Formats: sequence, C-alpha cells, structure tokens
Amino acid sequence: MGHEKIMGHDIDNTGTNPLTGRRRVWKEYQKVIPSDKYFYVRSCIRQNIFPASEVHFLKIMREALGKDVYENPHHTTCSGIGYHSDVVPLETSMTIVARQFALMAEAGYENLAVSCITSFGLYTEFLETWQHFPHIRERIAEKLYRATGRELVLPKCVAHASDIIYALRDEISQKAKYRLVNKNTGEPLRIVEHIGCHYAKMFPSKGVGGAEYPCVLSGMVDAWGGQIVDYPERRQCCGFGFRQYLVQANRGYSISNTKKKFDSMEPYHPDAIIANCPGCPYFMDRWQYVIAEMEGKTYGENGFGIPVLTYEELAGLVLGYDPWDLGLQVHQTSVEPLLDKMGIEYDPSQKYKGLDGKDLGRPEEPRVLKTELCPHCL
Amino acid sequence: MKNIVIIGAGVAGLSAASILKEKGYDVTIIEKKAYDGGNVASWDRLFPDSRRASRLIDDVKRPLGDGVTIHYDQSITSLVKMKDGRIGVKTDSLETIHADALLVASGFSLFDAHLKEEYGYGIYDNVYTQADLESMFNAGKVLTRSGDAPRRIGFVHCVGSRDEKVGNRYCSKVCCVTAVKQASEIKQLYPDAQVYCFYMDLRMFELPYEDMYFNAQKLYGVRFIRGRLCEAAEKMDKSVVLKVEDTLAGQTMNLSVDMLVLMAGMRPASDTTRIATMLGLHCGKEGFLTPVDTFSRGNETEVDGVFLAGTCTGPKTIPQTIADARSAAICIDEYLKKRKK
Repeated sequence: MGHEKIMGHDIDNTGTNPLTGRRRVWKEYQKVIPSDKYFYVRSCIRQNIFPASEVHFLKIMREALGKDVYENPHHTTCSGIGYHSDVVPLETSMTIVARQFALMAEAGYENLAVSCITSFGLYTEFLETWQHFPHIRERIAEKLYRATGRELVLPKCVAHASDIIYALRDEISQKAKYRLVNKNTGEPLRIVEHIGCHYAKMFPSKGVGGAEYPCVLSGMVDAWGGQIVDYPERRQCCGFGFRQYLVQANRGYSISNTKKKFDSMEPYHPDAIIANCPGCPYFMDRWQYVIAEMEGKTYGENGFGIPVLTYEELAGLVLGYDPWDLGLQVHQTSVEPLLDKMGIEYDPSQKYKGLDGKDLGRPEEPRVLKTELCPHCL
Repeated sequence: MKNIVIIGAGVAGLSAASILKEKGYDVTIIEKKAYDGGNVASWDRLFPDSRRASRLIDDVKRPLGDGVTIHYDQSITSLVKMKDGRIGVKTDSLETIHADALLVASGFSLFDAHLKEEYGYGIYDNVYTQADLESMFNAGKVLTRSGDAPRRIGFVHCVGSRDEKVGNRYCSKVCCVTAVKQASEIKQLYPDAQVYCFYMDLRMFELPYEDMYFNAQKLYGVRFIRGRLCEAAEKMDKSVVLKVEDTLAGQTMNLSVDMLVLMAGMRPASDTTRIATMLGLHCGKEGFLTPVDTFSRGNETEVDGVFLAGTCTGPKTIPQTIADARSAAICIDEYLKKRKK
C-alpha cells in the first residue's frame, strides 16, 4: 500500500484513497513494453492515407529518442486485410506472418514493432493460436521452410507502435516544444481518443489498460498536457469495419457509425481526435467532409471540423516537427484550428508544397465544411 | 460438555448454533467480521414477504441467549485434525480451541462487479450493485450520486452468473427474484419512475416468486426486457447509456437510465479455498465446498467431524440456508452421539 506508479500515473493507493475507477482497471492490464531495439513492420495502407506517420515514428524513435529501430525492405503485408475479408486463407496468412518473424530473427531482433492495428491483432491471434495448438505452429514452420528456406522464430515481444510511444511518452514530454494546452486560455486541450478495434478487443491483456478503458492514447494525452474526453459512444467502431467499406453497398453503415460517434462527442467540444489504427483516423477525417456535404452538419468550431490525427502526428507536433512535413496537408478536415490553439508556428504558403518545393496543387474547396481555403478564413 | 466450533456467524452459523445449544452442546462461533448476520446484515428487506433483514437476524439469534460465544474480527490461521479426533482451531488472536466437531458455514461473497468492466461499476457514478441499493434502502434514501431522485432505473440480471466469460457458468438462484423485489420497491418509492429489468430468463422457482414477478408487472409496471446488456457508458449529465439487445423483439436499443443496478451473483467466500486446504476438504470447479453426497449427505465431508452448512456449498435462498443449517446441526448431534458410544 502507499503511493505507487500504475501505467505511469501516480496513484495514491493508501487505505483512505483506495485504487478506484479506471486506475483500478489499468492495474489489471499492464504490459511489458521494451523501450529499445525493435524490428518495424509497416501497414499496407497507412503510407497512402497518412503518408508521413510511419516515417515520423522512425524519426521520433531514431532521431529524437536515439532508439534502435530496424526496418527490412523485404517485409510484406501481414495479409490481415485479406484474411478479414475472407480472400486469404488462414494458413496462408500464418505463413506470411511466420516469414515476418523469420526476417526479424535473421536481423538479430526479438521485439516486433507493428504499425497497423489489424496486423497487431493478427500477430497476437496467431501467437495465441500457436501457443494453444503447437501442431499448427509446426505445420506453419514446415510450410515456411518449404516456401522460403527460413526458420520460424517467435518474437519475444509484439508491441503496437502506439504502445511504444506510450511507453516513451515521458521522454517525449521532456523534449516537447509544444504542449496540448490552449495558448489563449491556458486550459488543457480536450482530446478524443479512438482505439482501433483489433488493438485489445480480441485480447484485452495485450492492450495497455485493457479493452474497455485502454490508456495507450489517453496516457499520451495526459503526459503531453491535454485532457481526455470520455463520451457515450467512445467504444463504438469508427465505421472502417472491413465488410462495411469493402462492400460498396454497405458504406452507409460506415458513415452512420462515424456520425453516431460525432453526434455523441459533439457536446464535449473536442479540440482534436487521435487514433491508433490505419482506418479510424482516415474515416473520421474523410466522413466529416461527407457528412457536411450530405447534411450540412459540421462538428468543430465556426463551421470547421474536428481535426483528426494519428498518434505519430500528434507526437510530431508536440516535438515541434513542421506540420507539413508531418503530412497534415492531406487531411480533409483542416488541422489549422488545432495548430493555432497549440501555438504552433507554420507557414500556410508551404502547405501544398512537396518536399522538393514543387507545388502539389490545391484540393477543391468543400461546399460546407470550412477549411483554411475559405477566403474569409485566410 | 462437547465443544462445537462454527466458522461464520451468518444466518447458517447462527441457525445451527441455536439447535446445537438446545441439544446441550458448548458452541463457539468464529466470525471474521465485526458483526453477525453475514451478507443478510447489509440487506434492508427480504423476499418474498418484505420482512426486515434485521428482524430475521434477531429471530435467528434470539434462541442463542448467553450460551453461545461469538468471537468477532477473527481470522482463522490454522485448522488441524488432531490424533484424538478433535479439530484444533486457531485464530490470529485466540488460543487454540479443541472442537469435537467443526461446522463450516463460511457463506458466500458477492461477485466483484468491477470484473464486468463493460458495465462501468466503479467507473461511472451511477452504476451500483444490488447490495449498494440495499444500503440505500436501509438508509431510507435512494438517490443518484448527485442527490436527485432517479426517474429511470435499469436492473441487469446475471452479472457474474451464467457467464462463461468470467468463469462462472452456474446460476446464483436468488438474483432474479432479488431484482423483482428491488424493482417493485423502487416503484413503491417512486411510482412515476420507469424501471427496466434486463434478463436472460427468469428463474422464479419458489411458490411466491411467480406472484412477485406477476405483481411487478401488473401492479408496478416494471418492464422486463429479455436480452443482455452489451455495454454501459456515461453521459455528460452522469446518466448511463445502455446498449441492449431485446432478443424477443429482435432489436437493439439504446436506453438512458439515471441508475443502473447490477445483480451480482454469488461466489465462494474469499477464505473458502484456504479453509478447504487446511482441512483437506474438496471444492467443486465453481470453488464452493462439496459434501460427500449432494442427495443424501449434503452436510457431511470426507473429513471425520467436519460438517458444512449454508452457501459455502453453493447458492441458496435464506429459507434453504436455514433448513440446511438445521440439518447440519442434527448431523453433528448424531455424529457426536455415535462417537460417545
């Protein structure tokens, strides 16, 4: 009894102030996250939709924090997207995953850092399956050897990249140039977190803080000065569910899911949303434009949307990286309201310039959703 | 005079003690809490006739008089079967008592509702258990955390019972009828409130229970919805949003309530395994103590001189617990008479 540290939060666990609320849950779901030496595997889609998030994970880890993160260009998709869409058979997916592990072992690493939530869920699912059904693991090892001549070596640790940023959040905080504080009011910014479904809903013990009240993102927000917003539809799917968007006829489910979340969070006036899944920030960003076009409804202040960021983008902003180097110009919902609140200096004229300085072209102006492109907003 | 030690001063322990005292034995009760009555002591009124729980405990205790010693705040530290057939009972602060027979009446604990994380007990302000609600009834005030009279109240049946996810597949027997009782009491207190019971199926097994269920609907307008709660979340005004599937209507629904009451099931008392290990008793897969034969020797164990009574062997209603305790007392009496011969 006494003061102790749970999930990085100082807890008064004395008899007069027993462990209560979320902290009690978090104590049950602690996870060992090595702070260094990772083999990094990318997502299939994140480089297209949030093009600088993964590269900034590597920059933050290597350059800002001095960590050893290795990436092998020969690694492939985990095939999770095909597996969950019923087009890739289970054993094929398992063999592909086994190959990733083999590449990691060949490179001399034991800890896997996973960019994608679905990949993280898939790796976890397969490791659990192999643990409980060793004959399946043996069969997959045999298939891997026959197909590639490689040996299956299991990782010592599988961490989602957000787990690692969570584990290093205090180091990031110490190097922070900006904090999640409204520079005009001095108040903490109100941040909505959204956790990818495949992060801990299948295996609560593999997620930081469990499945119901995960603290992987809220811990970052807390450490960087912001305030987490809880709202009734917090656990609701973002709408990215594979069957909802892969089948075109089902896309109405997708947008209605997302709308339900926005309607639920709106009364709390969030300043931003962060997510740790490839699809969640994409859908929550893009659907705000679609909802505005379809229904004339916007959820941010003064006709803007609520900026939606990946956790790498948010960490990058906190560390002082240029917003346009972080790829924030490809967001459909403008991020400028958040940048202004944080007091981040940026050059609007550089927004649509490529890294080589060439003009990338400007997107068409939305009809309803306000962006920095509106003449009266400039 | 033969000495009998009873572990637990709940309804079972007290009921057995009164019979044994009447038969002329020297009875000592070891109770871990500072009070007697066990779980019933924290209840307000009891089904099916709404009698006060405190009255029941008084009724059970009355015959004891001064002839039974109750040691409160005692934790059992060792239980040893001695060469002479007696059982050595040691607590953290008492000298060893040598018992000619030992009755384990250690009772049950309520399922820890925190473990159903999706329901938000201990997280959200207005999520309670049936025990919390009984405390409010006892205090004469049923109010939300902010001190307002609740207008909509939901009861969730089978929390930690018949639930493979938490490892408890068994039915706790009393939760359905407790929910019916409490839902009716809420309506007596707040006739205009809307009260919902979310159930899997209703197990109204004793004679008066079906009438209670009928009256809850007809007299009080309690709405029974067959379907399990998926999750609870808190709104800005601290009311609780429920996501429920109505499995009869085949529809999902979102419903807001001012209070959510979780009907937590019965678990073996926390020290059951420890007592079992010290004495070499058997526990079933659910963790309750198992007698030699559930049909014909429901109070006996495989250890000579050690007997069981009440909910330490599984969920029971209070009348069943009292009957079981009286039966155990008769078994002990027969055992000691045989030993004398």
